[in-house]
Amino acid sequence: MAEVVHVEVGHGEHHDDHHELSFWSKYIFSTDHKIIGFQYMFTGMAMALIGGYFAYVFRMQLAFPGSSIPFWGTLSPAAYNSLVTNHGTIMIFWVAMPVLIAAMGNFLIPLMIGCDDMVFPKINRLSYQIFLLSAIVLLASFFVPGGAFGGAWTSYAPLSAKAQYNSTPFGAPLWLIAVTLEIVAFLLGGINFITTTMNARAKGMKIYDIPMIVWMIVIASILFMCSVGPLVAGAVMLLFDQTLGTAFFDANAGGDPVLWQHLFWFFGHPEVYVVLLPAMGIVAEVTCTFARKKLFSYKLILYSSIGLGILSFFVWAHHQFISGVDPRATYLFTTTTLLISIPVAIMLFAFVATLYGGSIRFTTAMLFALAFTGEFLLGGVTGIWLGSSGTDIYLHDTYFVLAHFHYTFVPIAIIATFAAIYYWFPKMFGRKMNESWGKIHFWGTIIGFNGIFIPLFILGAGGQHRRIYNFQNYPDLAGADMQDMRVFATMSLIVMLVSQIPFLINFIVSIKRGEKAGKNPWKANTLEWVAPSPPPHGNFGPVLPEVYRGPYEYSVDGREKDYWPQNEKPEPEAS
Amino acid sequence: MFEFLDKFMPGILESLLPRASSYAVQIDVLFDVITILVGFWFFLVLGYFFYLIFRYRQRDGHKAEYISGETHKQKQAIEIPHYLILVCDVAIIIPTFLVWFNIKIDVPPPDEEVRIVAQQWAWTFYHAGEDKVLGTEDDIVSVNELHIKNNTQYSYHLESKDVMHNFSVPVFRLKQDAIPGRVISGHFKPILEGEWDIQCAEMCGVAHGIMGARIFIKSEAEHNAWLAANTPATSDTGTLAIVNQNRSQEKKDRNNG
Repeated sequence: MAEVVHVEVGHGEHHDDHHELSFWSKYIFSTDHKIIGFQYMFTGMAMALIGGYFAYVFRMQLAFPGSSIPFWGTLSPAAYNSLVTNHGTIMIFWVAMPVLIAAMGNFLIPLMIGCDDMVFPKINRLSYQIFLLSAIVLLASFFVPGGAFGGAWTSYAPLSAKAQYNSTPFGAPLWLIAVTLEIVAFLLGGINFITTTMNARAKGMKIYDIPMIVWMIVIASILFMCSVGPLVAGAVMLLFDQTLGTAFFDANAGGDPVLWQHLFWFFGHPEVYVVLLPAMGIVAEVTCTFARKKLFSYKLILYSSIGLGILSFFVWAHHQFISGVDPRATYLFTTTTLLISIPVAIMLFAFVATLYGGSIRFTTAMLFALAFTGEFLLGGVTGIWLGSSGTDIYLHDTYFVLAHFHYTFVPIAIIATFAAIYYWFPKMFGRKMNESWGKIHFWGTIIGFNGIFIPLFILGAGGQHRRIYNFQNYPDLAGADMQDMRVFATMSLIVMLVSQIPFLINFIVSIKRGEKAGKNPWKANTLEWVAPSPPPHGNFGPVLPEVYRGPYEYSVDGREKDYWPQNEKPEPEAS
Repeated sequence: MFEFLDKFMPGILESLLPRASSYAVQIDVLFDVITILVGFWFFLVLGYFFYLIFRYRQRDGHKAEYISGETHKQKQAIEIPHYLILVCDVAIIIPTFLVWFNIKIDVPPPDEEVRIVAQQWAWTFYHAGEDKVLGTEDDIVSVNELHIKNNTQYSYHLESKDVMHNFSVPVFRLKQDAIPGRVISGHFKPILEGEWDIQCAEMCGVAHGIMGARIFIKSEAEHNAWLAANTPATSDTGTLAIVNQNRSQEKKDRNNG
């Protein structure tokens, strides 16, 4: 079949003979899962640039307090708080969630389970439209009187509940509305992921033949659905407190401000695993392909991730050890929090064990996947100092916490995402990204990232607390050696941000000019590599693939090729 | 027990800032215990990880092995370390519980009491004065300055007038949220004379960044001199002055920004 591949404003497109759609119905109001995946991905990337810019501005303020910041100007304390708050909000709700779950889930699930589209394509389209609206509402909050909300991404009541406290009469409600809309969008998307995976798998694909990333997105969607209810209820109550004068979180009128923390963290902690699991899935796929190895203990990883999901509902109060909950409650939450190290460790050990006996190809995607395992290990283990309630008395709300969760979230939302982009780019756009530029991007990102947060661990252990506009106001924190570490962290951030320029150029140029990739450039097994690159509307053409084996049959003994695609018919027994 | 263990520990936190409370040593030792256990695992796994990356890089004539990880023997490669991790978890949980019990639950009878009131954006400290009873006429009220006597068991009662704040004294290894509508009590016993930071460690609005105070730990004689020099309960106007100053500063920042 003659294929005409032509590319416009960053979207891969394929002319099907029987379809002639206008630009609008093809790209803007499309119900094609791949286009919706792209919409999520590009929106997420744009938001990541905004969130990164915010980080640059407030880190410059911390390194050089009070001086004029290039590309911003002088930063006021109120604006500092808004930037810190919205950096966190954007990176979690508008970058990690859309790129890892929505973009990857939409693009990959139908391709990897061998069907032509999501089972509810119109709900899928609605999901993105609500998501886009939520992003616009959040960004609009920077242009209302009083400015954007500045009460931290956790939005603790009563600071967030009353304009007289937070001084952002419009910013605070808009922030809440944006978060709530975003959650609605992901509930709609999650329904699709779960239903599609359970009902639309290719013929022959049994439950243990599903690629790990698909499992992970499904489990993450279930976790999200189960945890988000209390937050939505809490958000509506908080919105009523802000706008209608109710007093759910107002102690003076019989409410309880700590209630918000429970509702928030009951969602907030499972949320960490909602974004972690898809990242783990990406790393599983990339590691197996480039180590030419079967995934070590598929079932153990799967069960661990389910156990992790269940356990994650019983740890939320470790965010509240010193916030006035009964001291006896911490015994329970310390225990559950430390127990969660076991499923996470099993999964990481399995990734490490997968390398054993492999033949590792160091492509850019593989470097990012390996970096995820190494960096997340540090992020995971530093959680133990904080999960232990005794040390948390001291470390709570210091930069140690901040460095810890950046060591988990950056590997998840940045490093694993880059692994995914470099790995599936040929499938998305039919061309490969440039490997040399990719490696420059990789080393700049990794060196910059470690340079930012290792000093912040030390500063945090030295007593530096969070969300402070200018540490020179604190005599014990104003020393020259501490300030030097802040400057070093800021310089590392600039290295990390500048390293994204080769990525962006590589990405845009490769869409048009990259080396052409065939159907299966990495010699991988899963079904998405059976479809043409990029896949047309309907993905596989008239005949959907059939599945005969699991997704990770690499280097099987007695076979000439070191991979064995899931859809390849077994050769008849020679007897 | 923690004092004894402390002799064998690297003392990471103490190298960063001094210990000024009686229970700081417990948190420092717990920090070191976790550092040793977790650090061991971290470097072991990371080292093995890099070894595997190097050992099994792609080479000519070398083909990957087919290992499913599903057989019992192969699974042990994960199961054995995971039991060891469980042991380490228990080894961390036990001292954690001890430290938590000693600091948060087992409250010693106080010699002195202070009342701490947080608000946007200042700390007000009510020192009990000579009669050692709070809420009487000889209370000494100070703003953003807490004066305490060395080697004395204190009990504090923490309140907030408006939003969440957090009373944090890094040299004490102490943090406690202040919650509107509640009085939260805790204790500390200073063991080192000097002057250090008090922080607000919970986001509390525009001027959260300047909501600091100072703690003054003095010998009994010096402390008594300070008590005598301060006439009781007239400095509440000082609080208002500071609050107003902060608010006008905020307005200025807003206009500038």
